[in-house]
Amino acid sequence: MEEMIAQFGNQWFGAAWPSLWLVIWTLIKIIAIVAPLLLSVAYLTYAERKVLGYMHSRLGPNRVGPWGLVQPIADGLKLLLKEIICPSWANRRLYFIAPTLAFAPALAVWAVVPFSDALVLANIDASLLYVLAIGSMSVYGVVLAGWASNSKYAFLGSMRAAAQIVSYEIAMGFALVAVLMVSGSLNLTEIVHMQQKGWFAERGLSFLSWNWLPLLPLFVVYFISGVAETNRAPFDVAEGESEIVAGFHIDYSGMAFAIFFLAEYTEMILVAVLTSLIFLGGWDAPFAGLPDSAWWLIGKACLMLFFFLWFRASFPRYRYDHIMRLGWKVFIPLTVVWIFVVGIWMLTPWNIWK
Amino acid sequence: MPEARNFTLNFGPQHPAAHGVLRLILELEGEVVKLADPHIGLLHRGTEKLVETRAWAQALPYMDRLDYVAMMCNEHAYCLAVEKLLGIEVPLRAKYIRTMFDEVTRLLSHLLSLGTHALDLGAMGIMLYTFREREDLMDVYEAVTGARMHPAYYRIGGVYRDLPDQMSQYQKSPWKNAATLKKVNKNRQGSLLDYLEDFTERFPKCHADYHTLLTDNRIWKQRLVNIGVVSPERALQLGFTGAMLRGSGIEWDLRKKQPYAAYDRVDFDVPVGVNGDSYDRYLVRMEEMLQANRIIRQCIDWLRKNPGPVISDDYKLAPPPHETIHSNMEALIHHFKFFSEGIFVPEGEAYAVVEHPKGEFGIYAISDGANKPYRLKIRPPGFTHLAAMDEMARGHMLADVVTIIGSQDYVFGDIDR
Repeated sequence: MEEMIAQFGNQWFGAAWPSLWLVIWTLIKIIAIVAPLLLSVAYLTYAERKVLGYMHSRLGPNRVGPWGLVQPIADGLKLLLKEIICPSWANRRLYFIAPTLAFAPALAVWAVVPFSDALVLANIDASLLYVLAIGSMSVYGVVLAGWASNSKYAFLGSMRAAAQIVSYEIAMGFALVAVLMVSGSLNLTEIVHMQQKGWFAERGLSFLSWNWLPLLPLFVVYFISGVAETNRAPFDVAEGESEIVAGFHIDYSGMAFAIFFLAEYTEMILVAVLTSLIFLGGWDAPFAGLPDSAWWLIGKACLMLFFFLWFRASFPRYRYDHIMRLGWKVFIPLTVVWIFVVGIWMLTPWNIWK
Repeated sequence: MPEARNFTLNFGPQHPAAHGVLRLILELEGEVVKLADPHIGLLHRGTEKLVETRAWAQALPYMDRLDYVAMMCNEHAYCLAVEKLLGIEVPLRAKYIRTMFDEVTRLLSHLLSLGTHALDLGAMGIMLYTFREREDLMDVYEAVTGARMHPAYYRIGGVYRDLPDQMSQYQKSPWKNAATLKKVNKNRQGSLLDYLEDFTERFPKCHADYHTLLTDNRIWKQRLVNIGVVSPERALQLGFTGAMLRGSGIEWDLRKKQPYAAYDRVDFDVPVGVNGDSYDRYLVRMEEMLQANRIIRQCIDWLRKNPGPVISDDYKLAPPPHETIHSNMEALIHHFKFFSEGIFVPEGEAYAVVEHPKGEFGIYAISDGANKPYRLKIRPPGFTHLAAMDEMARGHMLADVVTIIGSQDYVFGDIDR
């Protein structure tokens, strides 16, 4: 097969073929990541509605298709067919760029996310740094959306979002500092590999060797910051349904509105996958004897996503200043202290990360 | 450089947390409220003027539409006012039925209040749980009158009819197979009282669930404690009533202080707050729900043991039993007169007030001796509470305005009348 393609390419494109093939092959890989990703985003909305439904003692979507399974497609179609309204006082250019700016980084991060040992689009050395850098870009979309729509509610929403995401970025970054200390690498694949070694892993209980146990406070901080980063309940003040109506995307309609949601859900999946990779051993099987595979990663990510939905079903919303207080006065000191603890731990003879 | 100005935000009238059609002009400094100016009148229907052209009995259904989540309590106040003018006593069984339905109504209103309060603060689940319980109580309304929202059940001189012996059943449908049908109809086999008793047995468990989800939840406490504090003195000066007043620590409950209906014959406690903040008002309402449950149980016991008439037998004031109309000449005449001309209420004025779920709901009626009111003034509890919005919200953040709205628990139907 490969030979056939190579032969065909050389025949038609000559010397330019190898570089051209690299582009084509990368594009195929991107599609192979993005297409299932968008599908899982669609079905995450379905899962969310179903899970919330059962938690609320109701049924959730059950009319479109068997068990309502076609519901996300119907929703998408409806939003596609709707008019995108631009308020007359809005800044048109920024107004339409904003959703793109929110969505593009959420997709770009997936370039470095490994799904198993070899399954990664770009296995770059500083992939964790790349995740942090690109991941925090999406706040621009939110801020611009709020500013460009020239509405007071949207403006308040974007102010809140900006402050919140910037503060939680710090806690998140600090939580990851300890991870890179114990792993000695910024490469996500390497971080997973480090978790496969250890005293417990040698005795068959690999799930106790994963980072979540020795770095438990950081695991909690990282995941909660992740919830805050994605503007999900109970940190959804930027949308603040009952306060500022829908926050930054109050004026958006149709697909422009849907793209904000696509971005939000893509980021949710991303946070879940990253948490699984960094703290829950990625594709590593929890017990020796079970084969390592990408399915473990998917399973762990689903568990994390379930927590997202669970939070949303049960918690009241934080107030904006309480979120700030939690971020600055609780999470950041906690992570700094734990970095010290881990640092000192690593210098003692009981260092478990050799 | 232009002068820095405050940020004026139009909160409502179409706002998910406005509980109806509240239009609130908020002057914000950042997110801190400097001024909250409630505008009302968007739901004005002129009830007070409308009833001046309706016979006394016809004014009753308008009362349902005032505070449309506490329907029977509104009716009660109206009936009490007219009965005071007429100088009549209603049968004891009717008093007990009224007491029971007032408490069912209190549960309905408090459940809605709790659900929407929690929903406004982002706790979605509670709303659906409280609505699940509300559904059962709505069925009680439906069983006794056929209407779920606007029952028009109370009558001048008693209540429309005695409690039914059977509950309506769910029918077979594509969504309900035999097994589901059996399950959902299980508690509907007996009379209305059996059904309601079953509910009162289940309710404390549901109530405990709300406590689990909210009361000790850190986020919930952060959102409610010390928000919208009103001192006892201020609460009195502002004319607060009901849970708003009791939340501030003043023990004042008309059911105890000026007992009406059968409230002097049932046992219940009046919960009182300490700090006068939103959290205390929330706790007061929570406890009132349990007390309402307790009163309902006592009424059920009494009503089981004591059959009797439920409406006045003075046929000048209440229609005669329907069976007698075709056999009895006088009954036919009374029936005709009642439904064509209505009742004549002696000249005079009367004020009757009930402990409505939201506070004191009063009806001030003036009669000039005709078959319709000369003037009817409604005293809604929400109006005075809303007037304190500015005082309660000032200095708090935008998100707290939502908390305060939820804890004031008003409904625009009676504020705008």
